[in-house]
Amino acid sequence: MSATLSDEQKTVHLLNRISFGPTPKEVQRVHRIGIRAYLNEQLTPQNISDGAVEEKVAGLKTMRMNGHELFELYPPPKLAKEAGMATGGAMNTPRFIIFELQQARLLRAVDSQRQLYELMVDFWSNHFNVFAAKGADRWLMTSYDRDTIRPRALGKFRDLLLATAQSPAMLFYLDNWLSVSPQAPAARAPANVRRRGINENYAREIMELHTLGVEGGYSQQDVHEIARCFTGWTLRRPRGDAEFYFDPRLHDQGAKTVLGTRIASGGMEDGLRVIDLLARHPATAKFIATKLVRRFVADDPPASLVHRATEAFRRTDGDIRDVLQTVIEAPEFFSPEVYQAKVKKPIEYVASALRLMEAETRVTPQLLRYLGRMGEPLFLAQPPTGYPDVGSSWISSDMLLTRMNFAIDLVTNRIDGARVSTQAPRDIQAFARMVAPDSLSTATRVALTEPAESDKLALLLAAPEFQRR
Amino acid sequence: MHLSRRQFLKSAGLSFVALGSPPPFLLRAAGAEQTGRGKVLVVVFQRGGMDGLNVVVPFKDRAYYGLRPSIAVAEPASGVERAIDLDGFYGLHPALAPLKNIYDKGRLAIIHAAGSPDNTRSHFDAQDYMEVGTPGTKSTREGWLNRALNNNPLGDSPFRGVAVSPQTPRAMAGAAPTLTLSSIEEFRLRNAALGPALQKLYGASADPLFRRGGESLFDAMARLRLVEEKLPPSAASYPAGRFAGGLKQIARLIKADVGLEIAFSEIDGWDTHVAEGGATGQLANRLKEFGEGLTAFYQDLGDRMEDVVLLTMSEFGRTARENGNRGTDHGHANVMFVLGPRVRGGKVYGRWPGLAQEVLYEGRDLDLTTDYRSVCSEVLTRHLGQRDLTKIFPGFRGKSEIGII
Repeated sequence: MSATLSDEQKTVHLLNRISFGPTPKEVQRVHRIGIRAYLNEQLTPQNISDGAVEEKVAGLKTMRMNGHELFELYPPPKLAKEAGMATGGAMNTPRFIIFELQQARLLRAVDSQRQLYELMVDFWSNHFNVFAAKGADRWLMTSYDRDTIRPRALGKFRDLLLATAQSPAMLFYLDNWLSVSPQAPAARAPANVRRRGINENYAREIMELHTLGVEGGYSQQDVHEIARCFTGWTLRRPRGDAEFYFDPRLHDQGAKTVLGTRIASGGMEDGLRVIDLLARHPATAKFIATKLVRRFVADDPPASLVHRATEAFRRTDGDIRDVLQTVIEAPEFFSPEVYQAKVKKPIEYVASALRLMEAETRVTPQLLRYLGRMGEPLFLAQPPTGYPDVGSSWISSDMLLTRMNFAIDLVTNRIDGARVSTQAPRDIQAFARMVAPDSLSTATRVALTEPAESDKLALLLAAPEFQRR
Repeated sequence: MHLSRRQFLKSAGLSFVALGSPPPFLLRAAGAEQTGRGKVLVVVFQRGGMDGLNVVVPFKDRAYYGLRPSIAVAEPASGVERAIDLDGFYGLHPALAPLKNIYDKGRLAIIHAAGSPDNTRSHFDAQDYMEVGTPGTKSTREGWLNRALNNNPLGDSPFRGVAVSPQTPRAMAGAAPTLTLSSIEEFRLRNAALGPALQKLYGASADPLFRRGGESLFDAMARLRLVEEKLPPSAASYPAGRFAGGLKQIARLIKADVGLEIAFSEIDGWDTHVAEGGATGQLANRLKEFGEGLTAFYQDLGDRMEDVVLLTMSEFGRTARENGNRGTDHGHANVMFVLGPRVRGGKVYGRWPGLAQEVLYEGRDLDLTTDYRSVCSEVLTRHLGQRDLTKIFPGFRGKSEIGII
């Protein structure tokens, strides 16, 4: 590899990093308007019209429903049976809601014009992970995606943190809705779970995973104190029309000390103070900057760039768009050392293949099963850590085999929901230039001389070069 | 029953036509010992932090019932939904009833108040520490099971280390090649004709991550096809679910003598912050699947169990006191199981630290009296015959003379 990337490599690199992979049209567009203008477009997604994909998404009927409507139409199977509702198939069970969410996520990854924005939605969903199959979250996830994450994916970090803290989905997933002052009157308890004291689950994860990071310098005592601050942040009607509210009768009114700061405001203000404290803590700036640089640049983030991204985060009070711009415009971003350095995670691999092949995509269970076998069933990461973002996590023998089989099935049109054009002849070299311009290995170049066209394409999509971005 | 060396090479030879070239493992095998009946270690990781205090219940500790007013498991007496007496002090959770027979035959040893000594209560860190084998040290890159494979380079089978899980677990990751698979049947290319080209593509790649991954994938696929028809059917009925399904695959590989030395399986869903339940409920449901899976595995292997030790662990235990939601939060010491005919079972090992407030770890959790590495060390030396453990658990100098094997 030479000291700098060629223009063609830069274009492919940019599209590999700020989108779900190059398409012939986007490559041309970057060439035409230039990298900087293209990036600026992507950083202002509100100015990009995205009618085609949004029309497809609008066809998914659960996407506009609130929790109440979802619960009525897709009740728990047991309840449906009691009410005498037909329970034939999976079409009116809560599973269907998750299925539509998965469809929308993958459709947007493949077809949206606002690629960087959709990448960031995926990033924050994973950062503030909620497991969609946990109890009431089956009816809360739609709103979490639509009303909590999506409107703030390029906004201020503090707004995102607060919105997730008050989202019914997170309150339910990490149990904070059940965490109450030990002195709270037991009479306030809901019917099935008696609440008598604090639950540390959310308090721990908001520091470890959402803000400071596990090395952010907090103690078990801080976990306990934060849990006390968040007592009373709870839910009305968790099953059904779930709504966040603060219940002062469940709140621990005593003074708390969080990370050395005394919090004695009382009431809902205690939790808000914690949000501000954590959102503006230096460890948070560094933790978020590190994760972003890891996503956009390299598994081992260059320290110099992490430092500048951290500074940008602090200077702008956690403005996500500004931090992103700092990272993507940095010299480290286009350095030859990080070219093709990231392994695509499953949604990136699948979406990039569909984009490169310009496949007509209609997301089906078969397509989603592939993502599951590759290790990333969408919205279904059970632990609060979400999915990992380092290459070695994604290439076990089983996952690698599944990727090869996906490539084989895609190019031969054996995947229901993904139609690729079989109008011969297709220019295999043009595809290869969008995968790794001037840098295909000899083995891959030889593979592309196979006689059958579908074999060439399958080998290209299965090749190590296409597993990377 | 296993293939003789001659039969093996002969049947392998037939497949060269399909593969294009002899797979690397065969070239290596030509000069190496033939695989066969060897000792096998199976590690089961319970992800999420199992509540050991409700799994092996210290019913004679007076503090237990005071700490857990709504989720305690009742002490043994006549009737169901009570702990099953093990030794007059500890009782087994009733959902684990199938394991009691194995315990009574002396083939299940239990170690209480055991686990990782690090005080982290983060799932991620605690699992990581346990799996790399150096609690408190994050820079360790390889898993302890991978180092155990490297420490004992006798076999040369791609099946020496197998994880039945979607992702390669940290415990198995490292320099020794290991295999991760979720189904033997589906472990094949959907267009076999592309096999040789793909194998070449990966084998010649300048990308070490994918070259290594490809090599072990193609080795394993070739080998699996060779032994597939000889894989015996299961001799026991396993419960539904991914955990038992995984154990079933491991049992088949053991019986097929493919050279398996270390297998890894995992079961999640132990993070019982809310409505954990006592004798019945959420934890009980988990334990039912866990216990029935282990029992089916034990029965399935029959005599072959003689060569097998199965070891269970979880990243941490849970708070001694129940929380405000009839659940428990992240805690410290836990309980471990060691299963196998050569185990000195029928006994609960480990010093009991007690549950009185003044002896709780950090004022809230069961204290730790046995480092999990002591248990692992004993299994590695007495069962797998490993000698030098300083590379597997660097820096660990704890005693490993528990006497479980």
